[in-house]
Amino acid sequence: MIELEGLTKRYGAKTAVDHLSFQVRPGVITGFLGPNGAGKSTTMRMMLDLDNPTSGTVRIDGKHYRELQEPLKYIGALLDAKAMNGGRSAYNNLLCLAQSNRIPERRVSEVLDLVGLTPVARKKSKGFSLGMGQRLGIASALLGDPEILMFDEPVNGLDPEGIHWIRNLMKALAAEGRTIFVSSHLMSEMALTADHLIVIGQGKLLADTSMADFIQENSRSYVRLRSPQQERLRDLLHAHGFIAVEAGNGTLEVDGATTEKLGELAAENGLVLHELSSQRASLEEAFMQMTASAVEYHAHGTDVHGGAPAPGPQWGTTSQGA
Amino acid sequence: MIEAVGLTKRYGAKTAVYNLSFQVRPGVVTGFLGPNGSGKSTTMRMILGLDRPSAGHVTIGGHPFRQLPNAPRQVGALLDAKAVHGGRSARSHLLSLAQLAGIPAQRVDEVLGVVGLQDVAKRRSKGFSLGMGQRLGIAAALLGDPQVLLFDEPVNGLDPEGILWVRNLMKKLAAEGRTVFVSSHLMSEMALTADHLIVIGRGQLLADMSVTDFISANSADFARVRTPHTEPGQREKLTAALMEAGGQVMSEPDGALRVTGLPLPRISDLAHDADVRVWELSPHQASLEEAYMRLTQGAVDYRSTDDRLAHLQPPQQPGHPGYGMPPQPVVQDVPQQGWYAPPPPGQNPYAGAPGQQPVPGPYAPPAAQQPAAPQPSDTTKDAR
Amino acid sequence: MAAVSAVLQSEWTKIRTVSSTVWTLASALIVTVAIGAALSAVFNSTFDDLSEVERATFDPTLVSFFGMTLGQLAMVVFGVLVVGTEYSSGMIRTSLAAVPQRATFLFSKVTVAGGLAFAVGLATSFLSFFLGQALLGEHRASIGDDNVLRAVIGGGLYMGLIALFSMGVAAMLRSSMLSLGILMPFFFLVSQILAAVPKVKEVARYFPDQAGSKIMQVVPDAMNTEEAPYGPWAGLGIMVLWVVAALAGGYLVMKKRDA
Repeated sequence: MIELEGLTKRYGAKTAVDHLSFQVRPGVITGFLGPNGAGKSTTMRMMLDLDNPTSGTVRIDGKHYRELQEPLKYIGALLDAKAMNGGRSAYNNLLCLAQSNRIPERRVSEVLDLVGLTPVARKKSKGFSLGMGQRLGIASALLGDPEILMFDEPVNGLDPEGIHWIRNLMKALAAEGRTIFVSSHLMSEMALTADHLIVIGQGKLLADTSMADFIQENSRSYVRLRSPQQERLRDLLHAHGFIAVEAGNGTLEVDGATTEKLGELAAENGLVLHELSSQRASLEEAFMQMTASAVEYHAHGTDVHGGAPAPGPQWGTTSQGA
Repeated sequence: MIEAVGLTKRYGAKTAVYNLSFQVRPGVVTGFLGPNGSGKSTTMRMILGLDRPSAGHVTIGGHPFRQLPNAPRQVGALLDAKAVHGGRSARSHLLSLAQLAGIPAQRVDEVLGVVGLQDVAKRRSKGFSLGMGQRLGIAAALLGDPQVLLFDEPVNGLDPEGILWVRNLMKKLAAEGRTVFVSSHLMSEMALTADHLIVIGRGQLLADMSVTDFISANSADFARVRTPHTEPGQREKLTAALMEAGGQVMSEPDGALRVTGLPLPRISDLAHDADVRVWELSPHQASLEEAYMRLTQGAVDYRSTDDRLAHLQPPQQPGHPGYGMPPQPVVQDVPQQGWYAPPPPGQNPYAGAPGQQPVPGPYAPPAAQQPAAPQPSDTTKDAR
Repeated sequence: MAAVSAVLQSEWTKIRTVSSTVWTLASALIVTVAIGAALSAVFNSTFDDLSEVERATFDPTLVSFFGMTLGQLAMVVFGVLVVGTEYSSGMIRTSLAAVPQRATFLFSKVTVAGGLAFAVGLATSFLSFFLGQALLGEHRASIGDDNVLRAVIGGGLYMGLIALFSMGVAAMLRSSMLSLGILMPFFFLVSQILAAVPKVKEVARYFPDQAGSKIMQVVPDAMNTEEAPYGPWAGLGIMVLWVVAALAGGYLVMKKRDA
């Protein structure tokens, strides 16, 4: 459990983080979102006591970071893939960290094995690709087998196999009851990974809700219907006060209804449905909606807030598994 | 148009790219996928004349890159955001590139505006974040208003707004009739951006087809069906009817059924005949990621160990009793970790023996295009 | 508090697993000994060309340590890299996340690196002394002579202190390049030049290297130089004050500033 209370960081006149209070709970993956410059990195660094807050506190299991005995056994963090000494081998980089927190040396080989770096364990880490550096950083986070894990942009530089692996690793760690806090710019990735979301913009808390609620609150959701008896279906819906919009391809879209209700209605009236699915916007759309005003660098030339759902397969379009 | 013919690159005894032939056509966004170490970067570098092929050749608009007259005005590339002299301002960096290629200075301010860097144009690029560096790299690629654009991991370091912007930019460039070739590791992003895919593994071509064909060819579509939870009997009745009709049924964590092997109207009819009310009936296409993982299994050089991971996996595995539905030994839970839909038989020649697969011809249609794929005999197969 | 013994062990692993440790310390030793030996041989063969006073104040012990002027620069590099590489590599964030107590972290590092520097420094000074004296022929001093052992041990302490001072400066500046850019010219040129300029030298003699190096003189006005207003141990004391100030400054910077 991580608790932030009134956490604030000012650099001169600029307030990077502004009275941020939230909790990161065990057993779920909490996603940490925000546009560039929103204060995500600063917040994460203050959580690890690397930056000093101007005011406010961070508590890890009720304690200040500096009070932690052997902190790697409480909290492991991947902040920056390059936060290792390139002149040292991967193995030795981890060995220094392990020794400082009295973690047995065999754990070093274990985590290297876990992240798939055993073949290059004795190579100097400066020759590592971004993806390998990332794996080394993940290994260092797992070193103390901590109950709390923080990952800043964990999929950076990983290939699809690596992305798939880290996602499942985080889910498995959360399922074991650990606290997982992960920041990312990749909404589609977050939609697959996180259960809970904390969104900040310009240093302030914008949302602290479950993934499903976040999408629900920040975007349109509707039910899509398809039937061989489309005319009858539409009349029936109108008769019951639902507004059905024709959306091409023989589908109808209905706002403000649940699939349960419409399914019952169709069954009662003996209508055959070939599709009855609830459609929700993607996390990306919901996020864009919410943070539209909190973005620092605006690009020009294209419509950045394209309202229409993007074509192609959509992640998180239904409630499945979320 | 980029055209590679028999492209091969050897470094000593190691073959990075082997006999690669493909075309990148104008007017669409072509995604370039492959695991780490599969030869993507080497291929990109050969296209741009930075590396010399050991055999074969690659041309842009019919000419090898090095023989292109005024290459910067025909080809733009983003390879590495950090390939910028950090001591220079963004504007003077672009200006020096423009002068080399004889591009008017006013175009520099134009592209700075396009990528949203006009406010920091005079700042030294050393202080740029990864995302700003990326935007600067994109500006440089756009500078000569080229017909052919190559992007290597373009969304690296960008925030969600930047990612959306890059995606729309690439689509717009393609819609203008340009050739857009993008490599990325982010399958979910690729699914939203690319129209066509070229997939390589261990330096060889694995697939060259449209995104939708690729997904259909390498994974199974399925339907999600939910019955009223107030009447558990309906669920069982429907399950029995679906299985009798040849469908494969698995249970999802929330009690919904995952059905493969039956088209939606058929499921609807079966429910109707069995007098089962349906609360949800939704079509699902497997994700690009699932399809990709299925195709490249075995073509990955560099793999995290699975055995070690095993202790981190939640105990829930196929075969365990499911979610409060004791009387149904036949309905299995959908495995939660690393589950991929089983591939239709005969459509996935790659999963077993990578390295010597038959390569489908360019734009080859997938073997079958049923609404729902035919059934594999073995549903217990856990692809993880 | 993270256990100090564990942090010391970790810092020892850090220092022995980078190649810069070996090459900086090895060059400190080799350069000092080799130049000291070469100059000793030169003085031996040209002794008769020296002026009357120089011959009268000839200090064979000090002569064998002349190589330290250059050898100390390798010690500076060693000290700077031990701390500065944490910053230049980005390792500092990982290190401080593992050992958040700044004092434990910095002083464990300084203890391990300082101890190593002292050990190499002592080896260097004894080697320099014996090799130099062997080459000085009839002008040589003996380790049993008055104050000679003090000068030889002092030479080792001097090298260790130079390394510690550099660690403090690097911790304050948080950059290897910046620290080297200041310390190298300072010790090699600025300090030596200022010490030769009238008036200015009154101040310059309190610089760490000028004050500390007095410990290596057996003859107070060796080689016809001006006698310092402090004794050899007081000189080393002045250097220790500099080192303490640099390390305290480094600690404060590490404590106050964001990593």
